[in-house]
Amino acid sequence: MDAVTSASPRIILICSGKGGVGKTTLTANLGIALARLGERTVVLDADFGLRNLDLLLGLENRIVYTAQEVLAETCRLEQALVKHKQEPNLALLPAGNPRMLEWLTPEDMQRIVAMVAERADFVLIDCPAGIEDGFKNAAAAAREAIVITTPEVSAVRDADRVIGLLNTRGVAPVQLVLNRVRPKMMASQEMLGVDDVTDILALPLVGLVVEDEQVIVSTNRGEPLTLNGNGSPAAKAYQNIARRLRGEDVPLEDPSKARRGLRARLMNKIRKTTGLF
Amino acid sequence: MTLFDFLQRLLGRQKPSGTMAKERLQLVLAHDRSDLNPELLEQMRREILEVVQRYVEIDLEEGDVSLETEDRVTALVANLPIKRARPLPALVAAAAAVGVAQAPDAEPAPQELAVPLASEPAEEPSPADPD
Repeated sequence: MDAVTSASPRIILICSGKGGVGKTTLTANLGIALARLGERTVVLDADFGLRNLDLLLGLENRIVYTAQEVLAETCRLEQALVKHKQEPNLALLPAGNPRMLEWLTPEDMQRIVAMVAERADFVLIDCPAGIEDGFKNAAAAAREAIVITTPEVSAVRDADRVIGLLNTRGVAPVQLVLNRVRPKMMASQEMLGVDDVTDILALPLVGLVVEDEQVIVSTNRGEPLTLNGNGSPAAKAYQNIARRLRGEDVPLEDPSKARRGLRARLMNKIRKTTGLF
Repeated sequence: MTLFDFLQRLLGRQKPSGTMAKERLQLVLAHDRSDLNPELLEQMRREILEVVQRYVEIDLEEGDVSLETEDRVTALVANLPIKRARPLPALVAAAAAVGVAQAPDAEPAPQELAVPLASEPAEEPSPADPD
């Protein structure tokens, strides 16, 4: 990486408003993907009440210290950063441990992120669900944001609230990831379409992730999909998001092409024109 | 999609649920973003109609005041088909009424006005000004 990127690290908040739409999965996969592209990356779990990023990265047994000890100066930053074994460019820092629910303030968050940013090209902040204190803390230190949502009314509505809050805080740019896309349902208009969601939220799309069972398999194992580079659609989508974040011009996936093969494509065409099935 | 849903859609009785989702979201987000609850919006709608009716005769059935959003900008959009302008004396009276803070009596009048639509404008000097 060049001097410019290391001089001004990207500090990106990953948030959604609604819980369970894929924030932590996105953070873990993006973290690995960016690290594999040679970026020094730190993923910060700002959800210290219900932290899970460690579990998705397979690092749950290696956490000794958290940001809390670093701020209290009972340990050094290097001791608290948990390096990923297979991907040494990636480190995890949990904000705190679940037993302490009160200590974190927006100023704490800014301090710890500033420390981490000195040694990173990318800092990804995994935001807690909701728009209360946890969100405000996590957002306090972020320069830009990725809002992740699914094509469902509740997730889109909550995303809209979060986007409003990010706008008033001056966090920019804010980009959108649309997760759990079901091409078949979109084709038959039984799901909000990609354009519907981008129209409503008025954000540029940085990624489109199709519903993929491999995501569940990978979380079971604690090995993000982007780690093994298998060709599953979601793995490809996460890798592409990482490349777009670095400024590469990677065209967006067309969800209707996700089902490969001539027969599948033909069926897709028929479905689109008739609205059948 | 079940066969039943498909038949419903074929017969044009039911919109696809994705379309419904979009319409419902656009409506709820317009309210979320403006922080106006439906009650306040309705009150504002009534007051706007009241003011407009002092100047022009509008079609109350067709009239619509709503919030719409595009590109994260929420706009208050009023679509009020005008039947005709009020004759000049009525306008003067309406202006006077506002001056003397008699605005309320401008409200019932238009409803009466909406009925004799067929008659020509000249015949109808001012249902608004007698009181």
